Amino acid sequence: MPEPLLVVEGLDVRYGPVSAVRGLGLEVHRGEIVGLIGPNGAGKTTTLHALMGLQAAQAGEVRLEGRPIRGLHPEAIARLGLGLVPEGRRIYADFTVAENLQLGIVGRGDRPGVEEDLAWIHELFPVVREFRDRPAGALSGGQQQQLAIARALAAGPRVLLLDEPSLGLAPKLVDTLFEALVQIRDRGVGVLLVEQRAQRTVALAARTHVLSNGAVSLTLAPSDAGDTDRLIAAYLA
Amino acid sequence: MTHVQALIDAIGLGAVYALIAVGIGLVFGVLRIINFAYGQLIMIAAYMLVFTQGWGDVIAILIAVAAAVFASLVMDRAVFRPLRNTSPATVLVATFAVSYLLQNLALLRYTYQNRPVGDSVGVLGGLNQAADIGSLHIRWITFVAIGTGAVALGTIALLLNRTSIGLQMRAAAADFHTARMVGVRANTVIMAAVAISGVLAALSAVILTVQSPQVTNTTGLSETIFVLIGVVVGGMTSLVAATLGGFLIGFANSFLGYELATQGSTSQTAVPFTSGVYLPSVIFVLVIIVLLLRPDGLFVRRGRAPVERV
Repeated sequence: MPEPLLVVEGLDVRYGPVSAVRGLGLEVHRGEIVGLIGPNGAGKTTTLHALMGLQAAQAGEVRLEGRPIRGLHPEAIARLGLGLVPEGRRIYADFTVAENLQLGIVGRGDRPGVEEDLAWIHELFPVVREFRDRPAGALSGGQQQQLAIARALAAGPRVLLLDEPSLGLAPKLVDTLFEALVQIRDRGVGVLLVEQRAQRTVALAARTHVLSNGAVSLTLAPSDAGDTDRLIAAYLA
Repeated sequence: MTHVQALIDAIGLGAVYALIAVGIGLVFGVLRIINFAYGQLIMIAAYMLVFTQGWGDVIAILIAVAAAVFASLVMDRAVFRPLRNTSPATVLVATFAVSYLLQNLALLRYTYQNRPVGDSVGVLGGLNQAADIGSLHIRWITFVAIGTGAVALGTIALLLNRTSIGLQMRAAAADFHTARMVGVRANTVIMAAVAISGVLAALSAVILTVQSPQVTNTTGLSETIFVLIGVVVGGMTSLVAATLGGFLIGFANSFLGYELATQGSTSQTAVPFTSGVYLPSVIFVLVIIVLLLRPDGLFVRRGRAPVERV
């Protein structure tokens, strides 16, 4: 088995005396979706922020393509190939759609293949090309989410982190979103997906870790998606 | 016709204040720091014009620009960066401290050598001559100020809207966390903003020293205070609004000064508006009224709270 794209071992994040993440470990391989679910306050967003360098981690190791990245600045981590689609999208509402996408390219560092990636992104999310000169704030919620993902993809990430991308989307748009995730995975990008839609995530991901009180309490396989009792039990644990 | 002259003079002063406003606004945009010591960057550039007397105008101006950029970068590295994660009040007080430190350092020049405070500058001195156009009597420097202001602001607008570093600066100003997350290098963007603000300080210094060729340790001080007020009146959260605010306060300062003085001398009233004494009070009354009516700024869309700091 080749070295995973992303390896996290024994990750600890504390806010003062409060432990938010405790000894978390996970791996994301090339072309693989890994799910991270759990109740509010379990530490999912904190984990993503710690991986991205937005939140300091007190202990543990994070390796991207074998390279230790814990303690680096977020811009350095982004340039090494980790992309985050943050909760609430955080697109620049006053900027045009094209400018938002351009910001993703800024973070590319010297990774080649911009044109190719852009063509693929435009195919994946046609709105990004169609509305390129509109202010991003004028897009619908679902389109803004697509733009946020497109911006992260424009940086040519090895691993894409997504923080509750389906939040606030209509059911039909959630379908579109999950289909896009499959295409992103099939292009060889590793995906770490934080979600509230537990059942869909478990069904889609190669593995889904259930986080409770900052630690992985259970790991589920796609075959567990139909086992509602087990899912509920995992959340209540 | 005198009203036209007052109008043109007012646009000239407004242009200089607009340059200073952009210098302050660019740094505020990316760092959320109100740099009270900006006036001392102007002072440093002005002293460079004094020290390079006789080296030729072009060289003198280039050295002034280089010195202001250097001082601006040092200020960022030595003061702003170590205090980046402290409260806004701490940083503001620190910039006050830097401002007074530099003013008093400049004062040493006079006390120890025991001579009157002030040095005269001769760079571009010819521009202080007036051009007579019909009955108008306008100094060349006024045209130069308006032209420099227009070119500098146009260049910065192009930089911000058409280049990658400009896009990154705008992104950092709008949401620094997200900008870093997508790979915008914080220090690169900050240094770019700080360096450009230094260039603008030097340009302002050149124009100000032509208008009044005496350089002292308080050169640039009152202009900076006025512009800070103008920037707040215009709206700190938008560079365009801040620039308009700076222009407006310079314009009002010059235009009201002229109009009030004229009225005072012709109408023989008991209240003598003949000097500049009443000018600040009139302007500050207007400032207070504007701030009461539009606390977010005159030129800012309503309901936009200032963004969090880095």
